[in-house]
Amino acid sequence: MHVLIILIEILVLFAVIMLHVAYATYFERKIIGHMQVRMGPMRIGWHGLLQPIADGIKSFFKEDIVPEQADVVTFRAAPIICLTAMLTSLAVLPFAKGWVLANINIGLLFLFAMSSLSSYGVILAGWASNSKYTFLGGLRSMAQVISYEVAMGLSLVGVMMLSGTLNLTKIVEVQGGSFGGMYIFPQIIAFFVFFIAMLAETNRVPFDLPEAETELVSGYATEYSGMRYAIFFMAEYIGMMVMASIGTICFLGGWNGPFEVTIFPPFWFVVKVYAFMFVFIWIRATLPRYRYDQLMTIGWKLLIPLALGNIVLTGFIKAFTG
Amino acid sequence: MTRPITKTVNVPVADGDGERYTLKMGPQHPATHGVLRVDLELDGETIIKCSPHVGYLHRGFDKIAENRTYAQSLILTDRLDYIAAMANNVGYCVAVEKLLGISVPLRAKYIRTIVCEMSRIASHLLWLATHALDIGAMTVFLYCFREREVLLDLFEELCGARLTFSYPRIGGVRQDVTKNFVDVLQRFVADFPMHIEEYETLIDTNRIWLKRTVGIGVLSASEALELGLTGACLRGSGVDYDIRKHRPYDAYDLVDFEVPISDDGDIYARYRCRMEELHQSGRIIQQCIDQLPPGSIISEDAPDLVMPLHGQRKVEAGSSSYGTGLIRLLEEKEHFPVGDIYVSTEVPKGELGFYFISDGSGRPYRMHMRSPSFIHISALPALAEGSMIADLIANIGTLDVVLGECDR
Repeated sequence: MHVLIILIEILVLFAVIMLHVAYATYFERKIIGHMQVRMGPMRIGWHGLLQPIADGIKSFFKEDIVPEQADVVTFRAAPIICLTAMLTSLAVLPFAKGWVLANINIGLLFLFAMSSLSSYGVILAGWASNSKYTFLGGLRSMAQVISYEVAMGLSLVGVMMLSGTLNLTKIVEVQGGSFGGMYIFPQIIAFFVFFIAMLAETNRVPFDLPEAETELVSGYATEYSGMRYAIFFMAEYIGMMVMASIGTICFLGGWNGPFEVTIFPPFWFVVKVYAFMFVFIWIRATLPRYRYDQLMTIGWKLLIPLALGNIVLTGFIKAFTG
Repeated sequence: MTRPITKTVNVPVADGDGERYTLKMGPQHPATHGVLRVDLELDGETIIKCSPHVGYLHRGFDKIAENRTYAQSLILTDRLDYIAAMANNVGYCVAVEKLLGISVPLRAKYIRTIVCEMSRIASHLLWLATHALDIGAMTVFLYCFREREVLLDLFEELCGARLTFSYPRIGGVRQDVTKNFVDVLQRFVADFPMHIEEYETLIDTNRIWLKRTVGIGVLSASEALELGLTGACLRGSGVDYDIRKHRPYDAYDLVDFEVPISDDGDIYARYRCRMEELHQSGRIIQQCIDQLPPGSIISEDAPDLVMPLHGQRKVEAGSSSYGTGLIRLLEEKEHFPVGDIYVSTEVPKGELGFYFISDGSGRPYRMHMRSPSFIHISALPALAEGSMIADLIANIGTLDVVLGECDR
């Protein structure tokens, strides 16, 4: 019986997240459209509201092309690795008090593990397509993930030190319901590092080098089409959501808000996650793209020293204030 | 399936030890602006050798022109730099007028100057849009297209076409400007500096934009001259050369404008030069509108045109049926000079020259076009070798090439 309930919970979460992914693309296209003096999707449904559904159906029925020279097994497995890793990481996210599938002690670590695992999908996709553009995309992604994973991990060490736990629910509870309790204030340096590393982790502008459209055509996804491409897309959007959720939980006090919404407890969580998503999109509409070596310079020479300094600083403050 | 499928993935690995591989970028690539193919020899992401290949769009205009009368060849120039077809049209007409010794009425000169500068703005806007998009700033792209749309609408009102105009004719222009055209253009020119500022707020002092453009693709003045660069690419390296100023044609000696020059010679310098040229083009248009004199729009000695299908009916000067393609210059009845001539004009991309050898027959014995894009592409290896793939894209953008003009 217990297993059945968990299975139903997983199914509900899966359905909600998939719907969310569809409408996250709509959200992005609408916002970026209005920022660029155009309307965004308008044709299908009222103000294009059914556009994501139409896109989903389209990519589902498109021809599934596997390049002749590709390593077929890896080529087929890569998008699934991406999506599975991202979906698995959803299990530990507390959307509201008690609204979590698996309330484990090492939630934060688990998220990192899954996020790293998903980059395997990208690297393997770049490798298996047997095309030089995808190969360069895969290489870039590998280098980017390795350098920014370090910075991101180190930036969250401060949060772990303050809260004394890796359990995501506890991290939120330690921050409490008050505005001043949010870790963004004592950990502002960490938040800065985290935010930039988050953009790089999710391959968003200005760090979208693995799929730099004008340089590498479409990077690691160049040879993918139809549903497989859509799976990469879904994984990317779930990745954005997961990263925004980590930010919300670790720095913005999770589901706590100025007042409680009893009908829908994750209300404030969703609001905060979407605030993050909005900034993602805003940045995409505004900034140009960094060059590969400049990206590495920022990662290793700026973010990692900053994150390390933050750990030392947090340690000192914690030692002296007890 | 009879073809054997190789299962091995054999993409060579560049590990900095000098193991190289080649990457053929284009002719189908989102950033090569048409059908340019660049063969790259790479070590990791560093470009060791870069060789551009052109010719995918070759149509043999030089040869086609030998079988056409001077008036007929005008439509070929539309298809050179299709981003700024009007400037090419004017350049061709100026060259033929010089060959035939035709003088153009003042009003037509002013109108031509206006349309030339309009097409310069349209061309530079498209350059800025795609250049910024290549570097990753996608919003500038749509902002630029918003203004370019106004200009294309104006062109449409003027001559009925948005892309291939064939609006000027030998000895003048085809139709007079309307009052609405002048009013809308005036409003556009008045608002335009504000729009330029809008683009600049997005990229001009943006740290990432500066990192991607300052000190990248540097050419010294002597290098730029040796490569034969013209236009903003040359002025960005600090050489003061603008045909509008130094060998004025049409009404350029009657208006006041500056030639923006920058000494740095990098991508940012060329970007600044073109942005400044946008301001100057606006100034030129404003002055032309203010000074626009009344009078005829086509010269009295412009060659008469006949439409063969309608017998020998004479087509009135300034008639709109000029562009129907069936009209020929009266070749036998006119007197044509013998000799050769080279005339160049400043089109948005650089110096567009026409070289004619006339044998007195009414058709050019030989026509050669010196198109700036063709020459600018040859500068790509000098700019890109030793830099990274991302810089190559920025360098293609900064040269502002149009492959239609390059391949002719």
